[in-house]
Amino acid sequence: MADASVAKPMSSAVGAESIVQIKDLHVGFKVFGGLLKVLNGVNMVVGRGEKIGIVGETGCGKTTTVKSILRILPGEARIFHGEVLFQDKNVYKMHPHELQKLRGQGASMIFQDPTAALNPVFTLGEQISEIISHSGTQPEGKKEAIKILAVKAFREATLPDAERMMETYPFQLSGGMRQRACIAMALATPRDLMIADEPTTNLDVTIQDQVLRLLKNLVDQRGMSLILITHSLGVARETTDRIYIMYAGNMVEVARTAEIFERPLHPYTTGLLSCIPKLTGGGVAEGIPGRIPDYMNPPAGCRFEPRCPKAMERCKKEKPEFVEVGKDHQVACFLYYQVPQNGVQHHG
Amino acid sequence: MGSDLLKRIGLSIFVLFSLSILIFLIARVVPGDPARLALGPRAPEWAVENLRKEMHLDKPFYAQYGLWLAGIGHGDLGKSLVTRRPVSADIREFLPATFEIVGLSALIMALGGIFLGVLSAKYSNSWFDGVTRIISYLGIVTPAFVWAIIFMLIFGYVFPIFPITGRLSPGFEAPTTITGMFTLDSLLAGDPRTAWDAFLHLVLPAIALAMGGLAQAARITRSSMTDNMSKDYIAAETAYGIPPRRILMKYLLKPSLIPTVSVMALDIAALFGNAFLVELIFNYPGLSRYGIEAMLNKDLNAISAVIMVLGLAFVTMNIAIDILVGYLDPRIGLAGRRN
Ligand SMILES: Nc1ncnc2c1ncn2[C@@H]1O[C@H](COP(=O)(O)OP(=O)(O)OP(=O)(O)O)[C@@H](O)[C@H]1O
Ligand SMILES: [Mg+2]
Repeated sequence: MADASVAKPMSSAVGAESIVQIKDLHVGFKVFGGLLKVLNGVNMVVGRGEKIGIVGETGCGKTTTVKSILRILPGEARIFHGEVLFQDKNVYKMHPHELQKLRGQGASMIFQDPTAALNPVFTLGEQISEIISHSGTQPEGKKEAIKILAVKAFREATLPDAERMMETYPFQLSGGMRQRACIAMALATPRDLMIADEPTTNLDVTIQDQVLRLLKNLVDQRGMSLILITHSLGVARETTDRIYIMYAGNMVEVARTAEIFERPLHPYTTGLLSCIPKLTGGGVAEGIPGRIPDYMNPPAGCRFEPRCPKAMERCKKEKPEFVEVGKDHQVACFLYYQVPQNGVQHHG
Repeated sequence: MGSDLLKRIGLSIFVLFSLSILIFLIARVVPGDPARLALGPRAPEWAVENLRKEMHLDKPFYAQYGLWLAGIGHGDLGKSLVTRRPVSADIREFLPATFEIVGLSALIMALGGIFLGVLSAKYSNSWFDGVTRIISYLGIVTPAFVWAIIFMLIFGYVFPIFPITGRLSPGFEAPTTITGMFTLDSLLAGDPRTAWDAFLHLVLPAIALAMGGLAQAARITRSSMTDNMSKDYIAAETAYGIPPRRILMKYLLKPSLIPTVSVMALDIAALFGNAFLVELIFNYPGLSRYGIEAMLNKDLNAISAVIMVLGLAFVTMNIAIDILVGYLDPRIGLAGRRN
């Protein structure tokens, strides 16, 4: 991190304290036939109480990034470089009891696919009770107290008939109810950070809004930080304080939510915005020609270079790092290396 | 689950009926005159003729079948040509003996297989996993009677730890028959020494018999656990702070046991059939050995009875699996209850 242009922790943006810091994270997946070099130096900071959005097209590594925070990457995953700090502690050097505390009280996650995220052969009651009893926030073994909390969590997640939910198996629920059940589990006990991985993509449009609002209310009420992953810039706009734009294993731009929409700088971001009907804020990237690169043999320089309308010779060979281009606004693109701003000097 | 279970039982009875007709047919179509076989080549023709009458062999097939079926109704399975006793008495003597071996074998298979499977899943791709995998292959490809001979050599001759023949050592008396299982009956009679001796006689044959199924159960458990390990619900449960060991032994094990149980139950039913060489090698008076002798001697009533007992074992096991799988997998259990 000797490079002056590499992102400094965004202290100005997030206040004094950060809850999560991801620094130059490289993660690959060992698969048959080689190594998928997916995360390619991810940098990200989440401030206490802040609501962050991560936006990017499918396969760009959003889920991989957030799973690394809870240290729940799948067995094939390898971390080659970088670190993940949760409340200033390196998650991958934590003692088992610290890790336990991180998972029980620090952070929680709502998974992308609620059907896959619920154990099919246990009742919701059994699953949520187990979560509550291991959170470390409840005296263990108090069955009645745990049950009351569980029912309360279901009720807060606006599940109908919360009492009966205790005896219900996931397959007996509709998709929307499963998603609420997942929200209930993630929010059953107090935590500092909520990670929501596309919590609405599997839902009916009419329910999407409800679930999102529910989530936002619960997070606000409790003063939690939020990382919201979404395909939809529209959703991110309504919900978040700051947005990270991700492309093929890199954060390519970050700015306050309003700023991203008013002054998008990275060619990928401008591409994303230009192909979204202004108000509705639909899907991502139908308008940018080309596809996400092959992670087995990714481009050596900027990974967006093959699709970039403004690509230069330099982009083929070198990987751009974040440079600050305004208050709380950083871009990883050589186009902005020539325009020093706020007195930050860049190499080149 | 009630009506579903009834349906299954009805179906099973139908299967057993069909099996009885089939076996009755086959036993009578096979060449060779059972009466002549029973009396020997030098018996006079009139004696053979009399025996054939007595066994209704002179009547048409459907009448023979009808008589046989009617007999079963009163618990009469006919007479064995070889032991010259009622077949039902033979079964009552030999079946519990086989039950003891098969029961212990099933227990070893289930516990050992799942235990090894869980360990190799937990330490997957370690040296332990590799060794278990090799042992599993050996277990699957080696027939039970080969294990029987190996165990007999090692633990019977080289290190004489276990007895290698019969049901009891000399000097021990068979307990009074209650269940027909020596271990259980001796315990019931308050004689733990005899029970222990009877148990020791079961160990080697039971393990030899269990090896194949154990290896298979270990492999299936391991692979279904490693498959499920990368499921989102395991990541979620980990993320929510449930301790890893608890996840392994509960939230990962239960869904992973579904395929194991389905396969293992059939393996257990097949133990009855596989037991015969093992019983032969350990000179153990069980039902399987009795069945083989019956076949070699074309002892029609005995053959039919043994096959029907084996059929019953399979059918019962099948129903037991359904109940167990329904318990493990609510998607099946509750669906069954609803429809
Ligand atoms: N367990 C795994 N084994 C192999 N490759 C994986 C694994 N998990 C993810 N990948 C690969 O890593 C890349 C990023 O996956 P990830 O799930 O993080 O994307 P994402 O941004 O969450 O996409 P989506 O929006 O579709 O959820 C994908 O190309 C995917 O194929
Ligand atoms: Mg994802």
